[in-house]
Amino acid sequence: MKMLNPILRTIPKAALTAVFCFGSLVTATTAIAQVTYERLLNAAEEPENWMTYNGNYASQRYSTLDQITPRNVENLELKWMLQNQVFGAWQSNPIVVDGVMYLTERPNDVMALDPITGRVFWMYKYTNAENARVCCGANNRGVAVYEDKVFMGTLDAHLIALDRINGEPLWKVEVGDVNEAYSITMAPLIIKDKVIVGVGGGEYGIRGFVAAYDVETGAEVWKFYTIPGPGEPGHDSWEGDDWQHGGAPVWITGSFDPELNLTYWGVGNPGPDWNPGQRPGDNLYSDSVIALDADTGELKWHFQFTPNDGYDYDSVQVPLLADIEWNGVPSKVMLWANRNGYFYVLDRVTGKFLLGKPYVKVNWSSGLTADGRPIPTPQPEGMPTWPGNQGGTNWYPPSYSPRTGLFYFGSWEDYATIYRPEESEYEPGRAFLGGGFTVLTPAIGAPGVGIGRTTPINTWTDEVGHAKLQAIDPQTGEAKWTYDQFDVSDGGMLTTATDLLFAGGREGHFHALDARTGKLLWKASLGGQIAMAPVTYMIDGVQYITVISGNAMATFALEE
Amino acid sequence: MTHTANSTTRSVRRQIFDLHRRAPKTMVQTLFCLLLSAVAGNSIAQESDHQYTSEAIQAGSRVYVQNCALCHGPQGETVDGVNLRTGQFRTAQSDEDLVRIITQGAAGGRMPAFSLRPEEVNGIIAFIRAGFDPDGVAVRIGSPAAGKQIFEGKGECANCHRVNGQGPRTAPDLSDVGAIRTPAFLQNTITDPASTLAPINRQVRIVTRTEETVIGRRLNEDTYSVQLIDSNEQLRSFIKADLVRYELSDTPVHQPTSLSSVEVADLIGYLLTLRGME
Repeated sequence: MKMLNPILRTIPKAALTAVFCFGSLVTATTAIAQVTYERLLNAAEEPENWMTYNGNYASQRYSTLDQITPRNVENLELKWMLQNQVFGAWQSNPIVVDGVMYLTERPNDVMALDPITGRVFWMYKYTNAENARVCCGANNRGVAVYEDKVFMGTLDAHLIALDRINGEPLWKVEVGDVNEAYSITMAPLIIKDKVIVGVGGGEYGIRGFVAAYDVETGAEVWKFYTIPGPGEPGHDSWEGDDWQHGGAPVWITGSFDPELNLTYWGVGNPGPDWNPGQRPGDNLYSDSVIALDADTGELKWHFQFTPNDGYDYDSVQVPLLADIEWNGVPSKVMLWANRNGYFYVLDRVTGKFLLGKPYVKVNWSSGLTADGRPIPTPQPEGMPTWPGNQGGTNWYPPSYSPRTGLFYFGSWEDYATIYRPEESEYEPGRAFLGGGFTVLTPAIGAPGVGIGRTTPINTWTDEVGHAKLQAIDPQTGEAKWTYDQFDVSDGGMLTTATDLLFAGGREGHFHALDARTGKLLWKASLGGQIAMAPVTYMIDGVQYITVISGNAMATFALEE
Repeated sequence: MTHTANSTTRSVRRQIFDLHRRAPKTMVQTLFCLLLSAVAGNSIAQESDHQYTSEAIQAGSRVYVQNCALCHGPQGETVDGVNLRTGQFRTAQSDEDLVRIITQGAAGGRMPAFSLRPEEVNGIIAFIRAGFDPDGVAVRIGSPAAGKQIFEGKGECANCHRVNGQGPRTAPDLSDVGAIRTPAFLQNTITDPASTLAPINRQVRIVTRTEETVIGRRLNEDTYSVQLIDSNEQLRSFIKADLVRYELSDTPVHQPTSLSSVEVADLIGYLLTLRGME
């Protein structure tokens, strides 16, 4: 009894016994609510939970919760904050299911917390191999939940299953070789009895892939290389040995159409990044979307946005699936604002190109052909390319509201880069970049804009790039409205059935806009960069909105 | 605050005003002009009289190898306390100091006097000032004492800039400018101020709803607000939607200098001595 908490010692013996008996009773009789495949399939029908990275398999980040409305949104108040103690951008997306929130922080810590109070039940800390490396920060974008397990990819390219009740590790498998700088930063996707992940490392000369693992054992079920090997279709889009170190990573969670049994994934840049002359050919399937059979990983179709890319235009945006009328016919489409500056509508059954239009200034290409292939117009040496290296948009999730029929995403306007291609030699585990770049600034030595915000003072100003939130009508590819910010933004989008749009940006402003008009309805200055999308959930009749800003997660609900 | 207010603010702030009543330029034109000058400035050695010629630098590299490298080393760093390539000297500051040391010797005779032709001495200094890069840019660096007088006198720098606790705070404080800027950057700033004007430092002019006009220098800005130091050295913060006018100048407050090339060299010599708190 020496180890007992002093408070317990003061409790009368009878009461203590009662507590223990009650505890064992609960354990013995309460079955754990399971997250079944059936529930994941119908995630949109239980909006009180946020069960997958993108909210549901269509990745619309649209919630049918309707307690918070344009009329009462100004009554939102802060309910709790969770502060993390880890330096660097916090890009994690929480999962909320059956009264528990699952959240990761850098590099690979997992927490289970109470979504009402923000208090933590358990925390699992993973120690990565010392030589784990990623180009752009020790990010992790969240977990996947299935049955009684939580799944996380690690910076040293392992996949781990945890017990979702107590955070204990159940199995761990190697997905890629850390010595060759494979990594995982994305949240896994569960389809049926498989957990699917892709790998990062496009700046280190990896050969990218997406792979599926058995949820019970971690055994590999299928693996699709995003660069075809000898004898496979598309291999001739590479010369010599370039394909072995051609990058094409997959570092953002994909989508799934259960009727077609197709899972869709965006593929990243070819390597070396900025020297396309060193890897002649289209470099398939870099900068493409791939449609894979969910059971076998077999490629059904692909669409390449940027052949032989020299600008780091990863196509790791979320493949957003929508069912809309196209030319008067109900159609299964995919909506995609690509890092290369074009907005696309694709037929997701066949991969056919339906529409493509620039949404920011584009000068690396003069337009798209009838089948969606860009007409290249590379700029002379030393002259700027629009959009710049971080793209017209990037990995941060878009949203689609079936009510408004609009596609919402964050873009970077007036942002350009001057590229300096150079020959690079591949060495395992070392950066394989093919030169460098500088951000266009209005004066010699003036500060540029980078991949994250590290200071509360904006000395670069909107003249080197600024955020424009766009609401695009897929029928025309034109923005119905836009909302500007002074700094650039990596904030993702959330829409609700009351036509609210929630989004933030690097300035730390968190906004609620009217999803139909773009009118600002409410904002909170949270003070740290918002580098992910908010999520919403409902517990005990209260709708919550959660967003990460800087090193803090803030959760709002209406005043009681 | 409404969406309309936000859009209005943006359209207001996009008006660029010109303090010197020259023909207004659009932001786009300015960007292109500056871009071109930036590109040119990086790749072509501008041969103004503030600089040594590239012929002098290249000739100097040969003279250096023959006369200096034996003691100072090919990279100029083998004598204690001296790094010729990065401009670290025991006593010398100006180019004149260097001429004296080369022709008269230094360090109590441990460095002998060299009898070289004036153009050879000139070449060595050009090579040193170019950072040992035969294709580099070598800016003439004059007398810090004379430069200080110009800074405080006819150059009118001290009218706006503060140094070591003296002078107004309206323009950026220059107490450490010698530590954070290269001679070439300083020369550009003096002779072509627009080429180095960081956008945050554009002068702002604000008219409030109470009809107060505020002139100042931006310190920070976000979508909804701006923070600045005004002409009375007060720290001010404004909500943009509350302003009647919010304008930015695309021209620096000071004009391209009318100082002579010797005076510019002296001024650079002085600025390079400003190294902040050591």
